[in-house]
Amino acid sequence: MEHGILSAIVWTPFLGALVLLLMPTRNENVLRWSAFVLSLVPLLLSLRMLQLFDPAVGSLQLSENAAWMPSLGVNYALGVDGFSLWLILVTTLLLPIILVSGWHDIDKRLKEFLFFMLLLEWGMLGALCATDLFLFFTFWELMLFPMAFVIGVWGGPRRRYAAIKFVLYTMAGSALMMVAMVYVVLRQAAATGKLSFDIVSLYGTPLTYAEQLACFAAFAIAFMIKVPMVPLHTWLPDAHTEAPTGGSVDLAGVLLKMGAYGFLRFALPMFPAAAQDAFPWIMLLAVVGILYGAMVAFPQPDMKRLVAYSSVSHMGFVMLGLYAFNTIGITGSVLQMVNHGLSTGALFILVGYVYHRRHTRQISEYGGLWGIVPVFSALLLVVTFSSVSLPGTNGFVGEFLILLGAFRAHPWAGSIATIGVVLGAGYMLTMFQRVIFGPVTNEENRALHDLNAREVWALVPIIALIFWIGLYPNPFLRRIEPTTRVLLERLRAAGATRHLADEDRRVSPTAAAAALGASPAHAAEPAHPAEPAHAAGGAHP
Amino acid sequence: MTDQPTTLLRLIPLLPLAGAAICTFAATRNLRSVAKIVGPGSVLAAFLVVLAAVARFWQLPVGSALIDRVWNWIDVSALQVDLAFRLDALTSVMLLVITGVGFLIHLYSLGYMHDDPDLPRFFAYLNLFTASMLVLVLAASLPVLFIGWEGVGLCSYLLIGFWWAETANADAGRKAFVANRVGDAAFLAGMFMLFWGMAAAGAPSLAFADVNRMAPQLAARSPWLVTGACLLLLTGATGKSAQIPLYVWLPDAMAGPTPVSALIHAATMVTAGVYMIARLSHLFVQSPGAMEVVATIGAVTAFFAATIALVQRDLKKILAYSTISQIGYMILGVGVGAFSAGVFHLMTHAFFKALLFLAAGSVMHALHGELDVFKMGGLGKHLPITSKTFLVGTLAIAGVPPLAAFFSKDMVLEAAFMHGHPVLWFLGLAAAGLTAFYMFRAYFLAFAGESRMDPHVEAHVHESPSNMTIPLVVLAVLSIVGGWVGLPHGFLWGDRFGEYLAPVFAHVGGHGGEHAEAGGATPLLLMLLTVSVAAGAIFAAWKMYGAPSTLPDEMEARFPKAFALLRGKYWVDEIYDALVLRPYAATSRFFWKVVDSAVIDGVVNGVGTVLSGAGESGRRLQTGNVQHYAFAMLLGAVLTAGAWWLWR
Repeated sequence: MEHGILSAIVWTPFLGALVLLLMPTRNENVLRWSAFVLSLVPLLLSLRMLQLFDPAVGSLQLSENAAWMPSLGVNYALGVDGFSLWLILVTTLLLPIILVSGWHDIDKRLKEFLFFMLLLEWGMLGALCATDLFLFFTFWELMLFPMAFVIGVWGGPRRRYAAIKFVLYTMAGSALMMVAMVYVVLRQAAATGKLSFDIVSLYGTPLTYAEQLACFAAFAIAFMIKVPMVPLHTWLPDAHTEAPTGGSVDLAGVLLKMGAYGFLRFALPMFPAAAQDAFPWIMLLAVVGILYGAMVAFPQPDMKRLVAYSSVSHMGFVMLGLYAFNTIGITGSVLQMVNHGLSTGALFILVGYVYHRRHTRQISEYGGLWGIVPVFSALLLVVTFSSVSLPGTNGFVGEFLILLGAFRAHPWAGSIATIGVVLGAGYMLTMFQRVIFGPVTNEENRALHDLNAREVWALVPIIALIFWIGLYPNPFLRRIEPTTRVLLERLRAAGATRHLADEDRRVSPTAAAAALGASPAHAAEPAHPAEPAHAAGGAHP
Repeated sequence: MTDQPTTLLRLIPLLPLAGAAICTFAATRNLRSVAKIVGPGSVLAAFLVVLAAVARFWQLPVGSALIDRVWNWIDVSALQVDLAFRLDALTSVMLLVITGVGFLIHLYSLGYMHDDPDLPRFFAYLNLFTASMLVLVLAASLPVLFIGWEGVGLCSYLLIGFWWAETANADAGRKAFVANRVGDAAFLAGMFMLFWGMAAAGAPSLAFADVNRMAPQLAARSPWLVTGACLLLLTGATGKSAQIPLYVWLPDAMAGPTPVSALIHAATMVTAGVYMIARLSHLFVQSPGAMEVVATIGAVTAFFAATIALVQRDLKKILAYSTISQIGYMILGVGVGAFSAGVFHLMTHAFFKALLFLAAGSVMHALHGELDVFKMGGLGKHLPITSKTFLVGTLAIAGVPPLAAFFSKDMVLEAAFMHGHPVLWFLGLAAAGLTAFYMFRAYFLAFAGESRMDPHVEAHVHESPSNMTIPLVVLAVLSIVGGWVGLPHGFLWGDRFGEYLAPVFAHVGGHGGEHAEAGGATPLLLMLLTVSVAAGAIFAAWKMYGAPSTLPDEMEARFPKAFALLRGKYWVDEIYDALVLRPYAATSRFFWKVVDSAVIDGVVNGVGTVLSGAGESGRRLQTGNVQHYAFAMLLGAVLTAGAWWLWR
């Protein structure tokens, strides 16, 4: 245990949850303030982790390793790399924001709610930091319970249905994953004579192609449910719609990312050949998800359902970039996970604000809010355009990289996915317009009061990040890219290069600079004295 | 010829951006006077910086440029995009037009929006638009251009729906944004194609300088790639520049305040497509096929939109279709390789079309929003400045010598003819006649003859205040003299404008020197022909609308179908609605109600019912959700084991 920083990040929410539970008070303000302060601890610790993180290293770092169940080869092993770094930060950032934005949202069993939210954070952080497959699986299951309770207890009218659906879907995937996990570990033990759940050593498990295919399928289905990819997505609209705001934010911000993260951490490097051969299928499902999610979002009458389906579409982009199998696509995809967490999280918070005031999420109940709640409207405007990937906001950088990468991997998939850019504008602007513009059709809305300082400040960090990532994404990209390279090297080394784009080999940055003759600082002239336009001359005889 | 580094250029978009931020703040505190100073002031400041920058640029050797690298924007693997601005001859023209005309329009807005309670918000949007447009023309690479490209789209969306309480305005704004997005998606795809093409050629870059330099090699490696990328970029241009097939948003965009129509939907934003093609001239000339498509779209749009403008009653709609038509000329110009002619028309159009829109706004101001030219008449005596400046704009757009569009339009048409596009030239010529006709029709109906106004309205008609009329006069002067920088070759000082821009553009089939070669009588004959067509059209307009006449009614009685077709705008909106929008909405509903809710969820709930039935029996042993958990886990394991066993 050289560092211990990751342990600190993972376990402080758990300790916080216990502290909260043991606090001998039901004074709501004391509880809220305590939870808020407790949620700041992992945030500060994860910022410290960011400081310790070496951007040049692509493999796992800040690692910790201790024996847990030595007889089974199970270790308590943590580590972080470019794939998990920003997701950990999003996780720790979102909880304080959730607590501040929803200060008065919870009107029953507040203590238990705060307890479960901290517990959920613990599970999510554990799953993101774990580098032992067994430990990962433990945390993967651990996050399920608090989420299910948050939906099932504090949710909307159909909360029970939504919670059960969520649990069943996830469990079905988990069960598949567990069987495959055990199988892989046993095969590895057979080959090496030693039981081990260490992820990196499992990457090299000697599996026949058929075994790879079966195990990949099991892992992939578990992760595809989480992403979610069409047609395994129908738990999401219900879970999102019924969950309280805080639950929706965590769901969109982190839980969905676990699926894509699982592909990067487990499914791709453990089963490289099978993962490569799934290329056409995953590409197809990703593109279908982008278009289908956008289309189903379009006529939704319920704001939260609309945002939920938009998540299906956005996560389709994430999977598309991931399966582009090139540095640009995967790096963009990891960035887009962060972006989606921020933008969609902010959307749910904003929907929560009006829901808290009017107790309805029906789009048709609103209209003409611009004149009544201008601050709310302006914030919704920013977040809406971040969600439709306007250049200058975070969404654009991610989507641009994903589509650029996808174009290299599969021009047709890239082209068709680009249509999603249009459809995204279609449903988001339609919702924005129906809620914000037009005449005030419902007299009740005239009494709405605009956001107060607390509600605005809760969103300020997200808005700042939306523009930061949009205008200066390099600090983020720089820390993701080395890990992307490590993954691609691993896939290449495994001999599974059928779909690997060769952009990195063909054009290394140095070679590119050489080819361009000059650095962009003093870029060459466009108007080199009239190129003899022989090619064009023919057009104008 | 190296580019000269500077940090001056970033100030140009930054000033109006800061203005937008201050005006936004002013909007929240309702500080109208702050917005009134900062709104136009920030654009004036940007104009002064532009002057300083252009002065510095003029000191550089010919062919050099100023470059301002702000920071490295995106850097992943082979993709390196700098947030960099670059000022060359083409950019200098655009900058002067945007900040110069832009400032006049800001000034005019002070008067026009005087009574609007949301004036600070208006200036915030207008400043943000100016900043985006400046980014667009200063960008040194395609992705940075795209920031401005979509930024102006956002501002256009916000300004069309500025009076948001009207659903129709909000609809128009959304229509504009989504139609533009269709183009933008194609634009993105074009960028992607270009990037991978450049990467394959060993130069992964989207900087204009690199793309233009590598264009011949790209075309040599893969002609279809260049053609494909150009056509996709062109599709982007048809969105932003309101050309067939994506022009449908522009007429609706007139829902915005009139200064917006002048600034965004006439003088600047809609010319972005023309600018982009001119900017990538070296790439486009490598694909004769793509150029052919560009020129054809331009010429057909010029003619098509002009026919619709013939029968419109709404003054702003007439001007909107006229804008579509005039941009068609610019696209035609760049499409036949006469890049400087296209940009020349872009500049003169910015003068006279901004003038026409602002004059129309002045009429609206006087008539309390009335826009139907058939409910005007005789306005000349009430609105002396407005009517005279409108007449100048009308003469200019009609191509009457020696006003601005006479030179620029003629240059485009001449290039079309001389570069071997007689059909496109003829379409352009016909459109020129139509233009002169519909503009004078509008002028005669609104300003000449007897009043057809509502007496109530007529009683209150008044000339606009000086902060509105001064911009009109300045623009009128520019509409007269603005074309004199580009005289026909050999006439007085000749085509100074074209010579100034020449180092930037690719040269097609000897264009640039072609005036000299062609020499002879052909250009003169073409010019005479164009002028006589315009003169004939003006005479016809006077016959039909300038003097009391039954001719229009007789015409309509004789050709009812043609009139209905034009009044219905060829029913393109209705066709798009039936072919695209309604099927899309229906499919969406089908996916939602049937595929998602009935089929997929049906299966899921079916499984769920079975499970919870089993769970109920399990409840005797355990309580809570745990049994579902355990059961699902078991089921998953059984299914996997079964699958495994079957597979073996």
